[in-house]
Amino acid sequence: MTMPLLDIRDLRLSVPLGRFALHPLLKGVSFQIMPGEAYGLVGESGSGKSVTSLAVMGLLKKPLAVTGGQILFKGQNLLALPMREMRRLRGNRIAMIFQEPMTALNPLSTVGRQIAEMFVLHQGKSWGEAEKLAVESLGNVRVPNPDRRAKNYPHQMSGGLRQRVMIAMALACGPDLLIADEPTTALDVTVQAEVLRLIKELCAARGTAVLFISHDLGVIASICQRVGVMYSGCLVEENETRALFDSPRHEYTRGLLGALPRLGSRSEQGRQRLVDIDSIIADRSKLTESRFITPRELEGSQP
Amino acid sequence: MTAPLLQVDDLHVRFPVAGGGLLGKGRRTLHAVNGISFELAKGECLSIVGESGCGKSTTALSILGLQEPTEGMIRYRGKPLTGAGAPNRIDRAKAVQMVFQDPYASLNPRQSVRTSLAAPLRLHGISNGSEVEGRIEAMLKNVGLTPEQARRYPHEFSGGQRQRIGIARALILEPEIVVLDEPVSALDVSVRAQIINLLLDLQEKLGLSYLMISHDLSVVEHMSDRVLVMYFGEIVEEGRWQHIFQTPTHPYTRRLIAAIPDPDARQPLGGCQENSANAAVSAGGQVQDVFSPPTRSELVEIAPQHWMRFAAAAQ
Repeated sequence: MTMPLLDIRDLRLSVPLGRFALHPLLKGVSFQIMPGEAYGLVGESGSGKSVTSLAVMGLLKKPLAVTGGQILFKGQNLLALPMREMRRLRGNRIAMIFQEPMTALNPLSTVGRQIAEMFVLHQGKSWGEAEKLAVESLGNVRVPNPDRRAKNYPHQMSGGLRQRVMIAMALACGPDLLIADEPTTALDVTVQAEVLRLIKELCAARGTAVLFISHDLGVIASICQRVGVMYSGCLVEENETRALFDSPRHEYTRGLLGALPRLGSRSEQGRQRLVDIDSIIADRSKLTESRFITPRELEGSQP
Repeated sequence: MTAPLLQVDDLHVRFPVAGGGLLGKGRRTLHAVNGISFELAKGECLSIVGESGCGKSTTALSILGLQEPTEGMIRYRGKPLTGAGAPNRIDRAKAVQMVFQDPYASLNPRQSVRTSLAAPLRLHGISNGSEVEGRIEAMLKNVGLTPEQARRYPHEFSGGQRQRIGIARALILEPEIVVLDEPVSALDVSVRAQIINLLLDLQEKLGLSYLMISHDLSVVEHMSDRVLVMYFGEIVEEGRWQHIFQTPTHPYTRRLIAAIPDPDARQPLGGCQENSANAAVSAGGQVQDVFSPPTRSELVEIAPQHWMRFAAAAQ
């Protein structure tokens, strides 16, 4: 059996509440991502999916603090790593694509230079060489006229192009793990489809594993092999994508799936009323205490 | 047959774009909306779908009177809503109202819910304290909030509750037409269902007509009676929701539908081209340019009430 690329074990995160109390944000989250695998995390805002990814990147800011657990990347605990070592990994072995390509790019520098910086910092290339490589990586993410576009500033590009630049930057050093936090939420549907396809193809070609975070179940279904559903700081269900959508076991997952209008689900006779999660989960506080459902458990219950 | 509630006839909106030399020579014109016509019936939900920049928001702004059309006519109950003989903003407000996309940006943070809801009533001459209170109370109940919450300020509410306030504010003057501009796209998944259900309930209860602008096709399919597909300022396909979603005919409509990631789709995303700007999906297969005048093409009825645009030459 191969070793998982990323192994998150019982991760706990808290934010202090007043002087003595701690408010838990993650209440013991565990999951694994194998090399080359695309893993999706879904959940509503505040469920803890973004802080999980920030913890992996080592980008948590005070007052957020890890109160327990381990994040093993290739067997190495990232939480125990000194800042210098972490900086060497970040952007190089673990890269991230952010939601808002406008705020994540530096408005004062050309996109070519921002991508080139990756090669200079992590691969020790000269600026001249790095800029040539940057043009090449823009070509790889299918930006038309890459040599001209490399001289553009972010504001001169459309949202879709900017997100391509983000992808080029993230994949520049050929990372082992790509974290994509809602990378297409700000984009139009047709552009979203192109960007998703690009992420999928490039990662498959290079064997890059992906941790994909989204609240859009459709996006997750089109890109990930396995999905974890997060709710209120807990992973409540995890399964292979197809199986999770076909036979959701946890009541929260069922609620989440029923709350979405699904394309092609409206019948000639009329529309089905959408499920209101709050109405089926009368007591949300009870929900988080209910047990986490794993695929193994599923097999046991359905021989 | 009764007259349609709202009738848009050959609407054009053009914007002059900065550039060109002295005396505006060589100045370019952006054709945002190129001669679109449609009707909205009482109690109907009509959706306009398309990518950003296709002119759907400009169309809505024209109906709301926030953007003067360059050409064409918009009629409400047979009377002009634009140009000569148009009502003033106060009168127009009783006919058409809008629910905005972002409930965080569209409410005044310094006004309590009561102040926000009372302002339109006061502007329309309803100043009797108990009547104002009564209407605010009834409207808050309609949208699923409690009358006690009227004292509160927007920051005390969640996104879904804010959108409910936005809906209450749009409905307080009892308009017949409500323009919904991406009403749920800024909301969390779990809240979306609640707001969609609320909008459908209110439509039935109050007999409202919705003009919805959206690029979320699964929401559009769920809510609409009829759908207009816009592309570069023109309607390329128009029909009942079954036509658009079950038998989409125009290549652009197909591409839009194929681009939606769907949990049930067993095949990968399809139908999208390498680069949307270069994708030749316009009528007649040529790439559209917003700065050139529209090509001659026409809408043809390909099935009862199902219309599609063909290049004139192809006919």
